[in-house]
Formats: sequence, C-alpha cells, structure tokens
Amino acid sequence: MTEEIIIAGFGGQGVLSMGKILAYSGIMQDQEVSWMPAYGPEMRGGTANVTVIISDDRINSPVLNSYDTAIILNQQSMDKFEKTVKPGGLLLYDPNGISKHPSRKDINIYQIEGAAEAARLKSGKTFNMVVLGAFLKLKPIVEFDNVIKGLKKSLPERYHHLIPMNETAIKSGMKIVKEIQKL
Amino acid sequence: MKELRLMKGNEAMAEAAIRCGADGYFGYPITPQSEVLEYLMAEQPWKRTGMVVLQAESEVASINMLYGGASTGKKVLTSSSSPGISLMQEGISYLAGAELPCVVINVVRGGPGLGDIQPSQSDYFQATKGGGHGDYHLYVIAPSSVQESSDFVKKAFEVAFKYRIPAMVLSDGAIGQMMEKVELFEQMPRRTDEEVIAECGSWATTGKTPDREHNVITSLDLIPERLEEHNHKLQAKYKEIEENEVIYEEILCDDADYVIVAYGTSARISQKTVQLAREKGYKLGLMRPITLWPFPKAKIAEYGETKKGILVVEMSEGQMVEDVRLNINGKIPVEFYGRSGGMIPTPDEVLTAFEKHFM
Amino acid sequence: MEIIKSENLVYKKTSAMTDKELSYCPGCGHGTAHRITMEVLEEMGAIQDTIGVAPVGCSVLAYEFMNIDMQEAAHGRAPALATAIKRLWPSKYVFTYQGDGDLAAIGTAETIHACNRGENIVIIFINNGIYGMTGGQMAPTTLPNMKSSTSPYGRDEAMMGHPLKITELIANLPGVHFVTRQAVHKPGHVRKAKKAIKKAFEQSYAKKGLCFVEIVSNCNSGWKMTPNDANQWMEDNMFPYYPLGDIKVDGQLVK
Repeated sequence: MTEEIIIAGFGGQGVLSMGKILAYSGIMQDQEVSWMPAYGPEMRGGTANVTVIISDDRINSPVLNSYDTAIILNQQSMDKFEKTVKPGGLLLYDPNGISKHPSRKDINIYQIEGAAEAARLKSGKTFNMVVLGAFLKLKPIVEFDNVIKGLKKSLPERYHHLIPMNETAIKSGMKIVKEIQKL
Repeated sequence: MKELRLMKGNEAMAEAAIRCGADGYFGYPITPQSEVLEYLMAEQPWKRTGMVVLQAESEVASINMLYGGASTGKKVLTSSSSPGISLMQEGISYLAGAELPCVVINVVRGGPGLGDIQPSQSDYFQATKGGGHGDYHLYVIAPSSVQESSDFVKKAFEVAFKYRIPAMVLSDGAIGQMMEKVELFEQMPRRTDEEVIAECGSWATTGKTPDREHNVITSLDLIPERLEEHNHKLQAKYKEIEENEVIYEEILCDDADYVIVAYGTSARISQKTVQLAREKGYKLGLMRPITLWPFPKAKIAEYGETKKGILVVEMSEGQMVEDVRLNINGKIPVEFYGRSGGMIPTPDEVLTAFEKHFM
Repeated sequence: MEIIKSENLVYKKTSAMTDKELSYCPGCGHGTAHRITMEVLEEMGAIQDTIGVAPVGCSVLAYEFMNIDMQEAAHGRAPALATAIKRLWPSKYVFTYQGDGDLAAIGTAETIHACNRGENIVIIFINNGIYGMTGGQMAPTTLPNMKSSTSPYGRDEAMMGHPLKITELIANLPGVHFVTRQAVHKPGHVRKAKKAIKKAFEQSYAKKGLCFVEIVSNCNSGWKMTPNDANQWMEDNMFPYYPLGDIKVDGQLVK
C-alpha cells in the first residue's frame, strides 16, 4: 500500500499539522512516511501545502506530480491541485470559500463542511481534524487508535487536554462527509 | 532499543549530534537550517550530556569557534546553509590545513548570492573541490533521507577523527525541512577529559605537561619546503580516503542499459523515475553516490564498459556531471538534466529528459 | 664558572618561554609582553592548564616562543577560538594575544561579542598604532595626523576616521570584569603590567568575566624611529590619547 496525498490551503488552517498527525499515525502502525512541506515566506499567511506519503515500502520521491488524494481547503489550491489527482483518485474539499467547484469526471469527489462543523463545535482550531476525519472515513489507511496515538505524539504535552475535543472533531468529520461524485 | 520518531532532517541531525557524544555546537541562524540550533537550544544537551551549544555572532565566528574547539581534540560541529557556508570557507581551509577533525553541515539553498531559501544542490563544486583556498578536500557525505541525516552525522564524525580532517554533511533544504520516520541510534557517551587527552593529547591543545613538547595547532608554515611536505602528507591522506571510504548505492542497475546518477533529493526523485521507466519497459537503474568526496570514480568508470548511457540529475545547472564525464571519459554518452534556483525536478520531468536523450 | 650557583641566581628566563630566538625588532615591546605573560603563568603554576591563542600580525609566531599549548588563529578571530576552547576546557586558563589591527579592525565583531558574552578568558591587546608585520600601514588605532605607509601625509580623520578607543568601548560591556591599560617600556611599567596580567588571569579563572589588558607599545620600525625616540614619542603622543591606568575594576568603571 502506498498513499500519496497533497493537503493544501491557507497558512493557519492547520494544513501542516494535519499532515504531521497523519504521518505520525503511519509510524504508529509501522509504515514508512514522508512529510514534505512547501516552506518559506509563502507559509506566513499565504498558501500552505504539504505532501504526505504513507507506504508499506521505502518511499522514493518525496516530491510528486500526481496524487492519490488531494485535500483542498481554498480556491487557489483547487486551481493548482485539481488537475494533479490521479484518474480514479480522490479529491476532498471544503466548499467554504470555493467559487469554482471541481469539474473533473474521472475522479471521486467529496465535500467536507469543515469550517462550518468546527464553528458548530465551538472550536475553530479543530477544523483540520474534521477534515482529517472525513479523509479517514473515505480512506481508512490508518486505524483510528493510531490516529489518536499520532495526535498525542505530535502535540506537546501541555495540549494533551485538547485530545478529546480533537477526537470528537475527527468523528464528526467522519459522519458529515458528503459524496459529490463517485466513480 | 529501537526508538522511532517523526522528525525533520534538520532536527534529526541535531539529535544525532547529541547522541554521538558531540562536545560542542557553534552556529548562526540561516534558513533553511535554523531548526538545528533551535532544536539544540530547546533540547538543552548541556543537561543531557554536557554538550556545549552556543549561538555565535556570525558564521565567521561559528567556524572559528569550531577551529578553536576542534583544536582541543573534542568533537565539535556547526551547521549553516549556502551563503553562510561561503562565509565559513576561510575557516574550513584553516581546519583542513591544521588537520583538525570536525563536522560542518550544509543544508543547501538556491544561489548564487543571497539566492533563495528553497532546496538546491548548487554547492557541489564548493563542497567537493575544497571550497576555500589551498590544496585540500573535505570528506563529503550526502544524505537522501531523514534517517541518513541522522546516521551520517555520526559517520562524518567517525571519518573526521579517523583521518583528522573536516567532514561535511551535504544536505539540502528539502531533506532538512522534510519529516520522515527515523530510527535513532542509542546515546553514545561523551568522552571524558581523560579520554580526550588519551586519544588526542599527542597533538591537541590539552595543556602542556612536563613530559612532552608543547602542542601547537597552526596552518601557518613560512618555510616553503616544509609547507610542500605538509601538502604531500595531506595528499597521501586523501589518497587513502579515496581508497577506503567511497560509499554509493545502486538500485536496479544490474540489468540496466541506462543509469541515472543522482545524489540527495535528486536521487529520491530519480528513484521514482526509475520506477516509472520500468513500468514503461525501459531498462533504467539509479546509482546514488553517497560520499561525494571521495567520489565513486571506479564504479562510474565501470559503467563506461557496461552501460549504454548515463543521465545525471542534479538540482543545479550541472556540477557533479563533470565528475561523471571525467570518469566515463567519453566512452558512452553522459547527458544532464537539472533544475536550479530552488526548483525541484519532478519524477515525470526526469523521465521526459531520459526519453528525449535515450529513447 | 664558579659563580653559577643557585644561591647566586637573581634572574632566570622562564621555562614557559622556548629557547627560540624572538623574531621581533630590537626595541619592540612584544618580547617583554610575551615574557611577563609567561612568567605570570609559571608563577601561578598554570603552564599545564593554559591554552593560548596567537593572532595574525607581528605576534603570529607567538606559539614558537611561548612554551605552552597554543593555537594560531585566522586574522581577527582569536576571541572566537578562545571562546570555544574555554567552553570546552572550562578548567583551563585561556587567553588571546592580539595586536590592534587584529583586535580592533578585522576582528572587531569577535572582540565585542566575546567581551559581551563575558567569556572567562584573558585578552592581551598590544596597541602600537600601526600594522607592523605588513610593513607599517595605518591601523584603527593610528593617531590623528600620524604617518603610515597608507596615510603617508598623516591620518586625515575626515577621510580615514578616528583612532578607535576599543578598550574604553568594551569596558562598557557588562560581560567584561577587568580592563586596564599598561605599558612595558620602563621597569616600573613592566612591574605594573605584570601585576595587571596576573590579576586578569586570576579573575577570569574565577569566572568573573572577561579580563582585558591593553599594552600601549611602540613600533620603532613602523614609526621609523630609533627605539629610544619611539619610546619618547609614545609617551608624548600615544599616552595622552590612550591614557594608562585601570579603566574597569571589579566590574565597575573607574571614574
């Protein structure tokens, strides 16, 4: 199994940390992982993206042209990454702020109302966990327990009291993910 | 015990420095390697192992602290990125001239000049041909993963002390910033002062005891005959290193008609290209020099007899390709594909370049 | 040779100096400054526990004369080397021996930052207002209107800047504990300078901070004078600009 994922959105949406939790979850179940951010000034306020690869085998290129899954959280990222999803792959996106919805016919498309759900949970910061939940529902490449373990590993201990809240967010993301187009 | 962590390449190098029993780190912030100093300061190794960590006032000061520190026989390292490494070249030349063991990490970014902060491999010439003034080489080892970032810091110290030469870990912004699974090696004890004196007291500034002459660390010798003799001694050492310390990796080369030669991040990308090429039925392999100096000359020369063509892939305008051509010596075509200025080639681009030249 | 008996011995070259013939010009203050530094270390029983750092300048070969473990630095960087040596050997005495071009021009940053960090080292600073080794060029400490090979009509302050009182400058840094300015051209001055050097080694070793001893010296060759004239010129011109005496004692500036 090899899953190649791009997560893209605005800086501050938790794009990088979502990727990190996913990567840690992979390690928890003894898989190979790589987490390759686009770093630099663009991280500060502008767009942010990270390539996450989880595999049973040694990972070769950490930089890719096409992905099994694109998780897209703003319009700029939609413009840039819709075309990079492999035929038959998955595009998961939050429709909030998207004016031009994806139009490809050869991929699976799902929506997650992450921002709205995080607002309903009264915790804006769990946005990325809602989205992560949606992804895991569609592609359960890592087990839920390992995600919680990964969360513990990637959060400093002083934030561990927030783990139940994140767990709730992941579960609600799993529930509310909406199918737009299934091949 | 196996200890697994998800770490950035920069963090893994910092942790490896602590674990291999380094005595001191001296450095100055520069993107994309500032995590090395940040990690060390957060980790407080002076509490864990007694290791000294100091933020210097400049890269010039860092490398000269390294020069002072290495003279004591202790294990010292610094890290920087391209423009900072350029500033350090004078000091590195002194370290080489004075035959001091130490480790310098270069997390390469786009150049020339201030360039940018994105990954690059355009410091190959500087790293492998000396870099500063005078006839010298560094041992240069290039990781292509976070795991190797950790392992090669340890390896670099081993070689540095074995031959009393400065060693360079040549990483790049991608490996430095990327997170991967790392299996950390176990903490090695720092040598005690007595052990340092026992191991290095014959040459290091450990304090003159009545039973020996004073030790002097210098790269100066105003007598040309003596300085030439010193150069011959250095060259003999380099020859020995070239004979004993070459490391490379071959992937799917045995049955290959064509070989990509690439190191570091370029090798990772090219490995994917090899996979794509094999799916298309091309007999393509990857050869990854791990030590860039000493360069795997003999292996490359052998390809001149056994392969039909070579594609060198670098994140530069073509530097290592010169060493490949030198050793192929015109026997088969050697083509080049590179991106520079912080651009990272994709596996598809490399495949297209391969098809253009050879298919 | 009946006279050579231990009870008759009044003076002996310190064993902390090698037998190598000094490379300095006759009349130069370096030899005396070397000797008293080494005498202090011998008297303190510190030979085995001292690492010295030589600069680039006339005293580039100091390690050939000082019979202790030493390292030769790149131009201006001695305080950076000494920083690392002291931090890695905290139980040793560590000092640099630098000239004015080395310490106050090319090495200004290293000097100021080592002082500012309060490294527990000694800096011995020989100020003769000129680049001696390279043949008498203008130094940061060259006096106004003073001639040198790169200020042949005299130092024009409007064009070339002012002589740098680096010692007063670093005395203001909290990391610096003891700062003094001395001379070695007359026996009385030599005795005082030696006392100051001893104090500097003791106090830096006691982790009180960086201790800085400037020695205003002559350069008869570079100044193109006889040794006696050079000493007189130094008293008449250098001392008014660089007055002798303690500048900072026990961490307090001397009023």
